[in-house]
Amino acid sequence: MAEREQISKPHSTRSDEAEAQAATGSEAAAERAEKLKADLDGLLDEIDEVLEDNAEEFVRSYVQKGGE
Amino acid sequence: MALPKVLGIETEYGITSGSPDVDPISTSTQLVTAYAVGLAHHIKWDFHDESPGRDQRGSARPGSLAPMVETHLANAVLTNGARFYVDHAHPEYSSPEVASPLEAVLYDAAGEEVLRRAMAAATERFPDSPPIVVYKNNSDSKGNSYGTHENYLLSREIDFDGVVAGIVPHLVTRQLYCGAGKVGWETPNVPEPVGFQISQRAEFFEELLGLETTVKRPIINTRDEPHADSSRYRRLHVIIGDANRSQVATFLKLGTTAILLAMVEDGVTHQGLSLADPVAAHRAISVDPDLQGTVELANGRSISALEIQIGLFEAATKYVQAEGAAFLGDESQASLVLGYWEAALEGLESNPESLSDTVDWIAKRRLLEAYADRNGLGPLDPRLRAMDLQYHDLRPERSLSDRLGLVELVGRDEILTAVTEPPISTRAWFRGKCLARFPENVVTANWDSLVFDLGVDPLRRIPMMDPLRGTKALTGGLLEEVRSASELVDRLGA
Repeated sequence: MAEREQISKPHSTRSDEAEAQAATGSEAAAERAEKLKADLDGLLDEIDEVLEDNAEEFVRSYVQKGGE
Repeated sequence: MALPKVLGIETEYGITSGSPDVDPISTSTQLVTAYAVGLAHHIKWDFHDESPGRDQRGSARPGSLAPMVETHLANAVLTNGARFYVDHAHPEYSSPEVASPLEAVLYDAAGEEVLRRAMAAATERFPDSPPIVVYKNNSDSKGNSYGTHENYLLSREIDFDGVVAGIVPHLVTRQLYCGAGKVGWETPNVPEPVGFQISQRAEFFEELLGLETTVKRPIINTRDEPHADSSRYRRLHVIIGDANRSQVATFLKLGTTAILLAMVEDGVTHQGLSLADPVAAHRAISVDPDLQGTVELANGRSISALEIQIGLFEAATKYVQAEGAAFLGDESQASLVLGYWEAALEGLESNPESLSDTVDWIAKRRLLEAYADRNGLGPLDPRLRAMDLQYHDLRPERSLSDRLGLVELVGRDEILTAVTEPPISTRAWFRGKCLARFPENVVTANWDSLVFDLGVDPLRRIPMMDPLRGTKALTGGLLEEVRSASELVDRLGA
């Protein structure tokens, strides 16, 4: 299973296996939160290069017909 | 005993080509055609037995519009068992049927790759046209919405009213971790002006039940078209969901809903979670990304969407502990669904930002808010709306979601394989393998049959009325043994 998010209030129905994973999960979650924060700062630094040139025109011209 | 939950996802993609004046049916057709002609085979879709106007509630509904089936548009069946075609004014990828939520994630991701390849193929084939770009989202922010639909196999024996009672509280509240998020609002249906919504789709839903998908959209679509033996099966066609870029969100969307439907089949009810006004609650939850509000239950109690989800999660956990989860493919899938489900609920309760690598609306909102803070933008600034769209752009050089480090449940190599190889777990395996093996002989295909041209009249139809037959386990040996399509059809006794 992938890393688990920090879990503060166990539900009574949780299985023993999930309990064990939760115990090791909070450290991993804190580490991941740090990494996500650093990643976000890096992305903000480069985002203007990725964004469409004229945001207003791009948004205005994004017109779809209904579907389904 | 709940039936195996055969699943599938149909995605209509947003499409642009330089100018809003270009006819989207033409660009969608160019896109699908460019991909299809590059395939070794090009098999047409067969509309035999399609009946989108039939109603789960049984009686004919005067005045209810059956959706149009447009037979003249581009249509291709892929060797992975999927259908790739033009639906209304959008390219649509309908994944092959699978037997577990993780396979559904894999074939949804394979669909994204098909669309990327189709964009490249269109650029190559139509070099003088502006490039076609596709977006995996559900609205244009101007009041037009297009769908991402899920399908679930159900037993014909169950009472449809029980399905409605059992699943509506979930369909209304699962947006807490399945919502794709969007800037602002676009219809008069929103309860209040809002800078950011959890769901792209909520404000487009106006009814509890109905056959429609394009107007007066219902929380429960009652189309009764099982694409299988209708004496044994139903197919629940769920139209309420958002398209997700997060694989975890797609996994949870399918997995949680499948468990709750299995509970309905087994007669397990969750008491006291019926909503007084599901349509109003659905919209109210969407405009409350700070998770401060409550909705009213049928018993008069006020409750938060998160509390409803906790109630459903606890009921689902008890059910799986008592009954097992063979209906999800294997037990490990249920553990994974319950694990991610619980993590999502805990995160929403204590620290929503901790879900910014698994929940689309939280990932998107966090990015947009950080950008707005840095640049001093108001919540409805066009640059934020542009970022909202680009979250869903499938081009690697423009996609914002691809840059956010979303958790991946399936590997890149697996996805590339799934672009051409069918799932082994359903009849999609037989469909895909026959297309790959006998492209000259398969003249048309659809969900529940293949039609072979064996060089002599008449054409031979192979019915596939059971989605759980035609698996690799059941037909792999036969397909290896036969030397021709004629021998295959003979051996099948068709």
